[in-house]
Amino acid sequence: MPTPRLTPERLAANFADLHPPLTAQEARIEAARCLYCYDAPCTRSCPTTIDVPRFILQILHGNPAGSAETILSENILGGSCARACPTEVLCEGACVDRTLSGAPVEIGRLQRFATDYAAERGLSFFEAGPDTGREVAVIGSGPAGLACAHELRKLGHQVRVFEAGDLPGGLNTTGIAPYKITTEFALSEVEQALAIGFEIELNSPVDGPALKKLIDEMDAVFLGVGLGRTAPLDIPGEDAPGVWEALDFIDQAHRKPFEDCEVGERVVVIGGGNTAVDVATEAVRLGAKETTIAYRRTREAMPAFAYEYEIALADGVAFEWSARPVEFVSDGGDLRAVRFRRQRLEGDGRAARLVDVDGDDFEIPCDQVIKALGQLPRGELFAQIDGLEIDRGRVVIDPATRETSIPGLFSGGDCVSKGGEIVDAVQDGKLAARGIDQFLARKDASG
Amino acid sequence: MKKPDLGIEFCGIRSPNPFWLASGPPTNSAYQVRRAFEAGWGGAVWKTLAHEPIVNVSARYGAVDYDGRKMMGLNNIELISDRTLDENLREIREIKEEFPDHALIVSLMVESEQEAWHDIVQRTEETGCDGLELNFGCPHGMSERGMGSAVGQVPEYAEMITRWVKEVAKTPVIVKLTPNVADPRPIGAAAKRGGADGISLINTINSIVGVDLDTFRPKPHVAGRGSHGGYCGPAVKPIALNMLQQVASDPEIGIPISGIGGIQTWRDAAEFLLLGATSLQVCTAAMHFGFRIVEPMISGLEMWMLEKGFESLTEVRGRSVASVGGWGELDLGYKVVAHIDQDACIHCGLCYIACEDGAHQSIACSAVSRDEFLRLHPKSAERLHRSGGESFLPGAGAGYVNVLEVIRATCVGCNLCSLVCPVDGCISMVEEKSDLPSMTWNEYQEKLGRGEVDPIQPPEHR
Repeated sequence: MPTPRLTPERLAANFADLHPPLTAQEARIEAARCLYCYDAPCTRSCPTTIDVPRFILQILHGNPAGSAETILSENILGGSCARACPTEVLCEGACVDRTLSGAPVEIGRLQRFATDYAAERGLSFFEAGPDTGREVAVIGSGPAGLACAHELRKLGHQVRVFEAGDLPGGLNTTGIAPYKITTEFALSEVEQALAIGFEIELNSPVDGPALKKLIDEMDAVFLGVGLGRTAPLDIPGEDAPGVWEALDFIDQAHRKPFEDCEVGERVVVIGGGNTAVDVATEAVRLGAKETTIAYRRTREAMPAFAYEYEIALADGVAFEWSARPVEFVSDGGDLRAVRFRRQRLEGDGRAARLVDVDGDDFEIPCDQVIKALGQLPRGELFAQIDGLEIDRGRVVIDPATRETSIPGLFSGGDCVSKGGEIVDAVQDGKLAARGIDQFLARKDASG
Repeated sequence: MKKPDLGIEFCGIRSPNPFWLASGPPTNSAYQVRRAFEAGWGGAVWKTLAHEPIVNVSARYGAVDYDGRKMMGLNNIELISDRTLDENLREIREIKEEFPDHALIVSLMVESEQEAWHDIVQRTEETGCDGLELNFGCPHGMSERGMGSAVGQVPEYAEMITRWVKEVAKTPVIVKLTPNVADPRPIGAAAKRGGADGISLINTINSIVGVDLDTFRPKPHVAGRGSHGGYCGPAVKPIALNMLQQVASDPEIGIPISGIGGIQTWRDAAEFLLLGATSLQVCTAAMHFGFRIVEPMISGLEMWMLEKGFESLTEVRGRSVASVGGWGELDLGYKVVAHIDQDACIHCGLCYIACEDGAHQSIACSAVSRDEFLRLHPKSAERLHRSGGESFLPGAGAGYVNVLEVIRATCVGCNLCSLVCPVDGCISMVEEKSDLPSMTWNEYQEKLGRGEVDPIQPPEHR
């Protein structure tokens, strides 16, 4: 696979911030738009229930540090969420200014202003609680694990965090398009979280037997292992060298200079979600000449958010709707095209399903295909834990405490949701820590 | 469209419109006053003259910003003219010759000696100016030297100096009142007794505008030290309106009034006129936006007069003075109740929390599920926006919408909810029949005394 033909300067410009940071003056002007709603819809629409009106008023009144504290006390990854949250469908989707003046307050960018202020000055607002003598294992250092570990430290519990990879932060570090979250920022945010007093053990995968041992030996365990590889299409030619998984494609841009990343001249992205958009826009920005997103359903049914779709359009990405890939076509070992079969919807409502339209196959020439399909659950790990209840690949939890069917084993993040936002994972981790705290208190009470 | 006549006559002084620049930094020189008249100002009060130029300090101004808007209030420690009397007089003569139809008033302030006043009045009038304004109002600097508000706070002094001026003055004499008193009327009456032809008010309000939170120095500071200064700008308008109405309604005064204090928009101007001002003086707005600010003020006043059917300002002047009076004259039998337009409401909850914590606990806030809300208010569906295959309703969150409803039985009609509501016309105060008969508090007291009515029962509180 070739590397980009663009200059390093051009690549840097292509990967500049999607939403550049606000200056202090811009932030104050934007903050002045906030009405300071009561029981604010934005706060209610934030999975981590950040007190949005409060943090905005703190910016307006010249207290950016206090503003950052308001944000981070609910969401330790507030800086990442400010960059990557789909605010359109969360806080900003609920903002009453949409009705009043036609546009929501730019909550995400204001949140970034406050969290950047704290990050640039290395401010950390939290101290570990008085030591409880309890120790909890956290498996995975992604948003859920990190939030859980941080909250556990606030509550005074010791934590051991196990990370299978060589970088901390999970998909937050290597799984988000770099024009949203840079690797440097993601890592610095992890460092900031660690300031409360815990460490992450890198290159420390936890397999079934090890997990069982931790459940037995530790006071409690949080399972935040996320998802596994991309689901296979199981069609001919899938093992050709030009066929990539979305996560690998995004990952490379976090680990090496853009000019060393591999990208095709003609790229086809398969899928219709936000990851498909991320991958397609990234391919364009790396220098792909033609990039097409092929989705088996129609545009109306596309799960990608409206603003993500707009980004792809603005980047010149082409769309092929109602197209199911049936074969990856190679010529002498080199990927040449993807063959698609046209789809149509049969039936109505929930009973509707896609069916092939025969005799209407077509090819899209390409030298790189990126599969942006859902990731598979970590079924092989779960299967090794007797009694762990799983429902269609998801770890089943008590929504109030985040406890699984195994006493003392808690879970959250993508292994429960099968793929959510960073902000959802943070909330899962935070609530699980509180669930663990209650669990340990009950243990203490019963001696 | 026939524009209404904005021309005025103020105790004999004619002006093409009521907008005068107040004595202050914008009227320090012929250069500025010329620019102002060319921009459309009807008159100007030349920055206060004295026999000798004063010495000023640096810095001089401080401001109060309000949540993103600049200079809601301005404070200054600048003194009167720092130019020589001769230079000022020469320029005043020049301007008057150049602009014979504009009103040119000269502000004066000298030490409290009869000869000194006689001298400056005579020399000033030789310029051909249209009138004099006696500065009895500056609260800073000059007051420490026995001038400005030191005169304006003592009726006897004000009367005496006005009399001295009137002994020699040939042009109308306006006395400028300070707001730094409990009640401006005794000073106004004293000025009238001394022979004043007109009153102008208010001068600036004694103030400290703020403290620098990094250096702990006052704002503005002069080498680290500050001094109380005169406060002006939009923030002071309500104080000025009250004093204007007090003076305008006092039968012992009864002379024309030039209204001053925070006038920045045509609306402010119209309010000053309605409460009894004949001419209007503006300083801070010109300092903030330049002389061009007069254009929208003139235009707004004209359009409002056209809409209301006023052909000249005499029809406007003082129209609202008589409707202000003592609290005891207010009708206890008048009742308004808040009404929330559910189609206009954006569900910010500000009316609820203001009423709940700050007033009379008479707005109910109920969480209604989003689906139920959309069923009950189908028009709200227009607000939905779609993304990622789902729809989102601004104002909704966590699956519900806060519906705000007035508890009519306990609403006291205080206005607070309608004041905090950000949506035009969403909350209105609707008059309704009261349980009480129409009766002022004064009448109530009399009737109570005669045993004709039962005591009014206190309202219920939660």
